[in-house]
Amino acid sequence: MTQDTIILQVNGASKRFGGLQALQNVSLALRQGEVYGLIGPNGAGKTTFFNVITGLYKADQGDFFIKGLRYEPSAVDLVAKAGIARTFQNIRLFKEMTVLENVMVAAHIKTHVGVWGALIQSQAFKREEEDIKRRALAALSYVGIQKFASQRAKTLSYGDQRRLEIARALATEPLVLALDEPAAGMNATEKLALRALIQKIRQSGVSILLIEHDVKLVMGLCDRVSVLDEGHLICEGPPQAVQSNPKVIEAYLGLGASVHG
Amino acid sequence: MNTPVSSNGLLGMGMGKRFVGPMVLALLVLPLVLQPFGNAWVRILDMALIYTMLALGLNIVVGFAGLLDLGYVAFFALGAYVYALLASPQLMELLSAYPFLAPLLSAGMHVPWWLILPLSALLAAGMGVLLGAPTLKLRGDYLAIVTLGFGEIIRVFLNNLDHPMNITNGPRGLGSIDPIQIAGHPLSKKLIWGEFELPGVTQYYYLLLIFVAVSVLMCSRLQHSRIGRAWVAIREDEIAAQSMGLNTRNLKLLAFALGATLGGVSGALFAAFQTFISPESFGLGESVMIVAMVVLGGLGHLPGVVLGALLLSTLPELLRYVATPLQDLTGGRIDAAILRQLMIALTMIVVMLLRPQGLWPAPEDRSKTDAP
Repeated sequence: MTQDTIILQVNGASKRFGGLQALQNVSLALRQGEVYGLIGPNGAGKTTFFNVITGLYKADQGDFFIKGLRYEPSAVDLVAKAGIARTFQNIRLFKEMTVLENVMVAAHIKTHVGVWGALIQSQAFKREEEDIKRRALAALSYVGIQKFASQRAKTLSYGDQRRLEIARALATEPLVLALDEPAAGMNATEKLALRALIQKIRQSGVSILLIEHDVKLVMGLCDRVSVLDEGHLICEGPPQAVQSNPKVIEAYLGLGASVHG
Repeated sequence: MNTPVSSNGLLGMGMGKRFVGPMVLALLVLPLVLQPFGNAWVRILDMALIYTMLALGLNIVVGFAGLLDLGYVAFFALGAYVYALLASPQLMELLSAYPFLAPLLSAGMHVPWWLILPLSALLAAGMGVLLGAPTLKLRGDYLAIVTLGFGEIIRVFLNNLDHPMNITNGPRGLGSIDPIQIAGHPLSKKLIWGEFELPGVTQYYYLLLIFVAVSVLMCSRLQHSRIGRAWVAIREDEIAAQSMGLNTRNLKLLAFALGATLGGVSGALFAAFQTFISPESFGLGESVMIVAMVVLGGLGHLPGVVLGALLLSTLPELLRYVATPLQDLTGGRIDAAILRQLMIALTMIVVMLLRPQGLWPAPEDRSKTDAP
């Protein structure tokens, strides 16, 4: 696959909540191994867009394709199976489960042994369990939190909870990783580590869709950026071009914004 | 990291193993010790084991999958009535109205228990799915209300299905139910070897103990499988679970079905053990009691659930022996039954205040029990 293969394509997504047009004809295409930023003021429809492509909200209109195949974002679990994994703006971990178990849950769609296999402890079951555990540990060490494996998820620090959420999403072996404000609430050091992690994930070939308010992070990381305002896509392009676009400055960045802002 | 954790795990297992032997021995000897004081004591143990099975089943639904089911006793009732109808004269009387069935029924209705048990398990599982299906979108309080209604519907049905055709014999209940027979020997009959006697209640004790042991094993194996983890994930955060690709609908139905299965089987065993059942035994109070056992013991933690069931099922019986002297102390002014209920309620309140996570919740850091 080349860099130009389109992994995720959304054509004309619209979503209305009562009197509010949250999304109006939003289209975008995400390439293989690309980091794609979605920015915009609060209430612009970024999270709504995430929820629409991941099946949490049903779109009023729109066509959705993964690797050229149409998918219907009608149920969240089907979208996950199609290859989109996401994290949440307000972290959603399985708090009472251990860190390792959190990631082990993500192996569910790639594994098959059912009730019977578990009850009789079949060979296939034992092999699969070993495999799940091994892969989950690998995912934990990939994001650097393997030392917390046997702790409950709720005991982790904020930054590590974010990492765990990313590890869990990656463990579903997705084509697209959708991150909803991953840097929110992080300090400068944690942001740097997050940035390195996202770079690492991109190099592994996973495409990343990123909603983020931290302009510096977005501009430094993303290959392309789209700007949403009041449900409309007002601009798309490389970070530098977007940053100097007058419409974007008016709607979101404000005068005097720069790469270092 | 591996070395200390796994050695801890081994140590933990070794400690566990050291306790298993004496515990099994104690469980085997217990009824023999209580027997001389009267069968009533062993009977209390038998009922405690039946309740343990119920609590284990409900724990799958409430503890693992986090679906608050207040109508769980319906599956217990279903199992009991399936057993009672297939192994008592009741259905015979009903069917004898049809002469062409007479040759089939000449030997009476005595379906063997090893056929009824799987059947009641299957029927209860089906009923679990039927109840689960319309409640899939409901959570917490709303789910509790719907399941509560379901439980009551079943009880009302049992109470009123004595006309136009007398199926359940209404509030009068069903009697003359066959006891469980093993190799031609009904468990209700005393076994005598010379000096040594084994009364029926003790024989049932051992049978029920086997069933409870198998149930514990099943639950623990399910818990430590991808299915069990998926249930807990749904309990913790349904949306996050879905976004991991879990089909929450099927997994919830599976939890309902498997939980109901244990309820159905324990119901059948209950009918065989009591040889008489009536709708009275399957009221809302029972459902609430089973939920209380699970919550008081430790939601989702098997040893806790077993402890909760044993405590809450034996405590009311033990308090009988405390309540009566207390009543005498007050010169008979306070009713013993009321005093007993008061004490049970008080115990539950104190436990929940002191240990809101339950008496024996899952440990906070699991590196010691669960080597990764």
